[in-house]
Amino acid sequence: MSSAKSTVPFKGTPEQEAQLLQVIEEKKDDKGALMPILQKAQDIYGYLPIEVQKIISDKTGIPLEKIYGVVTFYAQFSLYPKGEYTISVCLGTACYVKGSGDIYNKLQEKLGIAGGECTPDGKFSLDACRCIGACGLAPVLTVNEDVYGRLTVDDVDKILEKYA
Amino acid sequence: MADITVKINGVELSVPKGTTVLEAAHIAGIEIPTLCYMKEINEIGACRICVTEVNEGRGFRLVAACVYPCSDKMEIRTSSPRVIESRKKTLELILSDHDRKCLSCVRSGHCELQKLCKDYGVEDAAKYDGVKNEFEVDNSAAHMYRDNNKCILCRRCVAVCAKTQGIGVIGANERGFKTYIGSAFDMGLGETSCVSCGQCIAVCPVGAIAEKDFTKPVLEAIADPEKTVLVQTAPAVRAGLAECFGNPIGTNAEGKMAAALRRLGFDKVFDTDFAADLTIMEEANELVERIQNGGVLPMITSCSPGWIKFCEHYYPELLPHLSSCKSPQQMFGATAKTYYAEKMGLDPKNIVMVSIMPCTAKKFEIGRDDQNAAGVPDVDYALTTRELGRMIERAGINFNALPEEKFDDPLGISTGAAVIFGATGGVMEAALRTAYNTLTGKTLVDIPQVRGTEGIKELAVDELGVKVKVASGLSNAREILDSIKNGTCDAQFIEIMACPGGCVNGGGQPQVPMGIRNFVDIRAERAKVLYDLDKSMPVRQSHENPAIKQVYEEFFGKPGSHKAHEILHTSYVKRSVN
Repeated sequence: MSSAKSTVPFKGTPEQEAQLLQVIEEKKDDKGALMPILQKAQDIYGYLPIEVQKIISDKTGIPLEKIYGVVTFYAQFSLYPKGEYTISVCLGTACYVKGSGDIYNKLQEKLGIAGGECTPDGKFSLDACRCIGACGLAPVLTVNEDVYGRLTVDDVDKILEKYA
Repeated sequence: MADITVKINGVELSVPKGTTVLEAAHIAGIEIPTLCYMKEINEIGACRICVTEVNEGRGFRLVAACVYPCSDKMEIRTSSPRVIESRKKTLELILSDHDRKCLSCVRSGHCELQKLCKDYGVEDAAKYDGVKNEFEVDNSAAHMYRDNNKCILCRRCVAVCAKTQGIGVIGANERGFKTYIGSAFDMGLGETSCVSCGQCIAVCPVGAIAEKDFTKPVLEAIADPEKTVLVQTAPAVRAGLAECFGNPIGTNAEGKMAAALRRLGFDKVFDTDFAADLTIMEEANELVERIQNGGVLPMITSCSPGWIKFCEHYYPELLPHLSSCKSPQQMFGATAKTYYAEKMGLDPKNIVMVSIMPCTAKKFEIGRDDQNAAGVPDVDYALTTRELGRMIERAGINFNALPEEKFDDPLGISTGAAVIFGATGGVMEAALRTAYNTLTGKTLVDIPQVRGTEGIKELAVDELGVKVKVASGLSNAREILDSIKNGTCDAQFIEIMACPGGCVNGGGQPQVPMGIRNFVDIRAERAKVLYDLDKSMPVRQSHENPAIKQVYEEFFGKPGSHKAHEILHTSYVKRSVN
């Protein structure tokens, strides 16, 4: 069972909540309202933590588990916020055969989070991504807009230090 | 609806339009296997075990028989080599990610998956072995555990929780191979607003969910010479227990059950029915008081601990409507550890009160606050009908060959009004019998308007000037509760049972394969046992039970007395929704 409880403290604002409540009010009587409500909620908060899902459950009467089931089914929804620095490791074919899987694992271990999650201090979030078109530099990862190529597992520490 | 003609395995059959292939085959005497399908509750055609060949003029192809409608002149092949091969492959694929510890599984011998593997000749259970999911067992709830390593993702439990009970605390999380049944944010079931009804267990085809088994400490207590071990059996248990020993649904097991309990070594074999009569005395008194003193109305029954927990989580604002009466199980334990202990010169600390219940929520109920009249828990162990079945089997008792025996006195004496508590409407009927007699001096025993398995029933009793309603299944309860909330409910007294059909269909009753449940109404078959028993009893009104008269004379004084309140009544708490 994946541990999907966010470890990052929820920092939702009253403005965000007012926005969400308005979205729910507009859509809740529509058939199949849950997906569009979740999409809007993710636009508002950037992710869908328990606090947000509970508001949706309370206001629509849809059981929390049903909402959680939908959120964990679709890759477009995230239970975790994006960090100050978003690390994306390319797991496309070329990078993967050059060892990006090991780099990805090393990052999970160093940061103490699984892919898709965010460190408790909100600094780093980690994702796997598809080919970013830099196969010549494989294996490749990006940190926000910065691109790092021709990596080995040993480079991971140095890269993280830059953003510490 | 107009009939159409189909040909099943070469034999012509006329069926109404809209009939599914599965139903048509059933009419033709052929049972197509199912795993996910539950009539009107889980019609998702997902498990593919029911695939059957049909030809609608474009050649034979495999369809899911459970949801595929028959068309005119359709040809159906239910057991062609292609059909058999496909079903077998589906089973092999299910087994590839299934914890195959059949020898130590609670469902061994009556597992729907195990039976299908035998029926379809699965020779190599490891044929498609590869990556396997590994799940932790969820032991967080008081009444049950979930072992997802045995789950086959049929989603029957999910459907019964969300649709039948209107709760939805379990569902499918993640997707594809990683899919598992769980709760929001991976909360343990004990952290959610699960009401403990156990309907999920009743419909599980395998051993992925089961009640927590307390047979071992019960046997240890029986073996302890210091302890006096008393047992009480709920009304509905006698309508289900015989199924554990190969008897047809709807077999009355009362006499053999009493005999079996004696042979298991219980010191006294008592009957929860006694406490059901006691409940009527207290509840009727409470209702009259509320009507006369302008108390909160409608009053709602409090016998069903699944219903109580539901109300606490989902309708806490309606808690003042609940009768303050403890459930019969708890009234029994409380009376045994006070009145009976005093009478027999026993220290309540040395009494071990065991109850046999058709219910899993009873396991939660015994741990509630304000359920310890003698300073110790009213009830120590609540076992399900299934657990009793296992104890009897383990003890080597030949159940079907047992003589019919009676319960012990005085807490084994009861009436016809008590035994019908196990069916939806039974508590209401029992209460009306006593109320009618008290208020009019006349006798009314058979009240067919509150019998039957409909989800919601109502009756205006003009001579008493009251209107009553009866609901079973929590999604039906919601309808009534919402009407109370919005002020449109015109009843004064309401009976609610968590399980559809009442306790006879409780979450602790013997599991009936869905292939039978889809075509036989087990609620009605089992309820008939109770109504027949009622009819055969010399006393059919609770207030005429001689043992009840005696307990009030010797101990409680009168219904609603201070002492009765201290011992037989309880309180409720608001709980959150998760």
